Amino acid sequence: MEHLVEVQDLKKSFLTKGGIFGKSSDVKAVDGVDLYLNKGETLGVVGESGCGKTTLGRLVLRLIKPTSGKINFDEVDITNLSERKLLWLRKRTGMVFQDPSASLNPRMNIRSTLKRPLVVHGIKDKNTIQKRIIEMLEKVGLNEDQLERFPHQISGGQQQRVAIARAIMLNPDLVVLDEPTSSLDVSVQAQILNLLLKLQRDLNLTYLFITHDLVVERHVSDRIVVMYCGKILESADTDELLGNTMHPYTVSLFSSTPIPNPHLKSTNRFIVGGEPPSLIHPPRGCRFHPRCPYAEGKCKKVEPKLVEAAKDHFLACHKFEEIDLLTYVKRFWKLMERLN
Amino acid sequence: MPLLDVKGLKTYFYTNRGVVKAVDGASFTVNENEIFCLVGETGCGKSVTALSIMRLIFPPGKILSGKALYKEEDLLKIPESEMQKIRGREISMVFQNPMNSLNPVFTIGYQISEAPTVHFNLSKKEAWKRTTDLIRDVKITDADTRAKCYPHVLSGGMRQRTMMAMMLSCNPNLLIADEPTTSLDVTIQAQILDLLIEIKKKRRMSVILITHNFGLVAEFGDRVAVMYCGKVVEIGDVTTIFRNPLHPYTRGLLRCLPIGYKRKSKLGFIPGTLPSPIDTPSGCSFHPRCEHSTKSCKLREPELVEYEKNHFVACHLYER
Ligand SMILES: Nc1ncnc2c1ncn2[C@@H]1O[C@H](COP(=O)(O)OP(=O)(O)OP(=O)(O)O)[C@@H](O)[C@H]1O
Ligand SMILES: Nc1ncnc2c1ncn2[C@@H]1O[C@H](COP(=O)(O)OP(=O)(O)OP(=O)(O)O)[C@@H](O)[C@H]1O
Ligand code: SF4
Ligand code: SF4
Ligand SMILES: [Mg+2]
Ligand SMILES: [Mg+2]
Repeated sequence: MEHLVEVQDLKKSFLTKGGIFGKSSDVKAVDGVDLYLNKGETLGVVGESGCGKTTLGRLVLRLIKPTSGKINFDEVDITNLSERKLLWLRKRTGMVFQDPSASLNPRMNIRSTLKRPLVVHGIKDKNTIQKRIIEMLEKVGLNEDQLERFPHQISGGQQQRVAIARAIMLNPDLVVLDEPTSSLDVSVQAQILNLLLKLQRDLNLTYLFITHDLVVERHVSDRIVVMYCGKILESADTDELLGNTMHPYTVSLFSSTPIPNPHLKSTNRFIVGGEPPSLIHPPRGCRFHPRCPYAEGKCKKVEPKLVEAAKDHFLACHKFEEIDLLTYVKRFWKLMERLN
Repeated sequence: MPLLDVKGLKTYFYTNRGVVKAVDGASFTVNENEIFCLVGETGCGKSVTALSIMRLIFPPGKILSGKALYKEEDLLKIPESEMQKIRGREISMVFQNPMNSLNPVFTIGYQISEAPTVHFNLSKKEAWKRTTDLIRDVKITDADTRAKCYPHVLSGGMRQRTMMAMMLSCNPNLLIADEPTTSLDVTIQAQILDLLIEIKKKRRMSVILITHNFGLVAEFGDRVAVMYCGKVVEIGDVTTIFRNPLHPYTRGLLRCLPIGYKRKSKLGFIPGTLPSPIDTPSGCSFHPRCEHSTKSCKLREPELVEYEKNHFVACHLYER
């Protein structure tokens, strides 16, 4: 399969001022990530707050510059391109954010919001613009009377539809979806997920789908990567990852996720204590070791590398061959079972 | 006999835009020693229901009618002085965002000890002992040092634990937890809820868990009430509601969940959008979105009836 995006040893740190002594320190938001995206697939990125998901998404679109590493988009090295040389990439990519009310300009009506990407990319003909806007509105399930409205005059679900329309206005290849349904209610979430899945099929889009919700990720993703503290700890095809979860962190993350089916209620969950560590001074060795019940000497000293533990199933853990967590994993197998 | 019996609760807000019928005739009961979930989408009236039971509704809001019987006393009728004794000692509430309820200028130890010191007339030494015990109960390590910390140095999970310690400080019989973990990560959420369950068992208290997350309902709830437009439309045991939902809205919601579907297939959905709380539909408020809607649904409001044992539903389809 052809790779649309390839990322190698990607790092991004942010310099933050402050702290007790006013010293500035490095926040290592993304700290050595390797990944690829196949054309037309959805790659899910799961992980807890602050693990670097949004930063990774913004790096892939080159909305920010990496500290080091390499990013290829359709076989072009975009790692260090200047903003002027990135215009073509802007056209071929889009992004949708978690909170639509914050990502839409409150002073711009829907028409201007949708017109803007076209104008920025030099489309001036009024008829072309109008036609394209109407076409997109239809695609995302809005109607023409909503064009003159402002974001606060439409519901959260409709705002997210506008944000999606804006992201696909220029017919992109790749869309980064950053928690696109996290702020929405279940009934609205279902409508938006259906829309995203349909658009992907119709327009042959590639998605990087960021979320902390495993149940959503299971439904939309072809492959999943699990991030922790700026690193990828495990990645595989969705069915493999849920059917044969190996990394202790992934198992604890999945075990902690409440599953909306009382028959899958489990008293036998793998819950770890503690909280995610600081990104300024991440733990030495395996970043998960302070919370991992299996941690031993080596884990505290040597950082485990991402290795292929089964076919196309990568993980970073020294002890995966000894640890057997399958009893905790079995309930995820049933995620497909009908409720009623 | 239930611990709490809410009947026909109506709480409106008189705003410039119009009358917001936040809670519009909600009824349910909470039994002793159970986790009762109140679930529904944004704006359906979950928080206002809880605040009404606590009598924490202020103008332009007003509790218009209804009863909230707690140990045979109507909380909506008793004098404010008595209500103050109920708050904290009998019924406590944990809010969604702990930072808004913790005071930044006092140590957490002080804040945890404040209420019991007043309620039980404790000496300084007794209060400190009680406080550090509580901090240990909510599994914060190093209680003596932690008690001297200010809220801003704590992580989100620690703050929510502190809140729980505060809420438990007077030994309530009923804990109302309004989205207690929404702002937390799932691994921390699991820790906090496991802790809640453990404490609930140990102290034999009841919990009203307010959430929009059906995962939490399935994982932690005993019984559940589904709210729509300020009303309770269905109540039952958690397993019954998931296995055999009756109300068209409940059925719709459960079909929206991306579970039990082939990957990337189309999910069920509920047509239309939530109505404005100022302009709620006549009759059954779900009728504009309901596939079974008939003429009488538009005219007459369905009553909450016991369709089968312990399974209540408000829908004309089930009236006999
Ligand atoms: N512009 C910035 N300046 C300084 N620090 C930043 C910046 N952007 C992100 N960070 C820090 O980098 C880390 C990773 O942030 P990021 O937003 O990528 O996490 P995330 O996984 O998307 O989290 P969430 O689930 O909360 O959205 C965090 O500690 C964050 O505070
Ligand atoms: N102080 C207030 N003034 C005016 N309207 C209010 C006030 N508090 C709540 N409301 C309205 O009452 C309705 C019910 O609100 P409530 O907060 O109970 O919803 P909820 O079910 O808790 O929603 P969420 O899931 O978003 O927390 C909403 O329409 C809300 O806008
Ligand atoms: S490397 Fe060690 S500490 Fe890290 S996850 Fe594996 S066993 Fe746990
Ligand atoms: S009362 Fe009528 S409109 Fe309301 S849920 Fe039942 S069938 Fe649907
Ligand atoms: Mg983010
Ligand atoms: Mg609320």
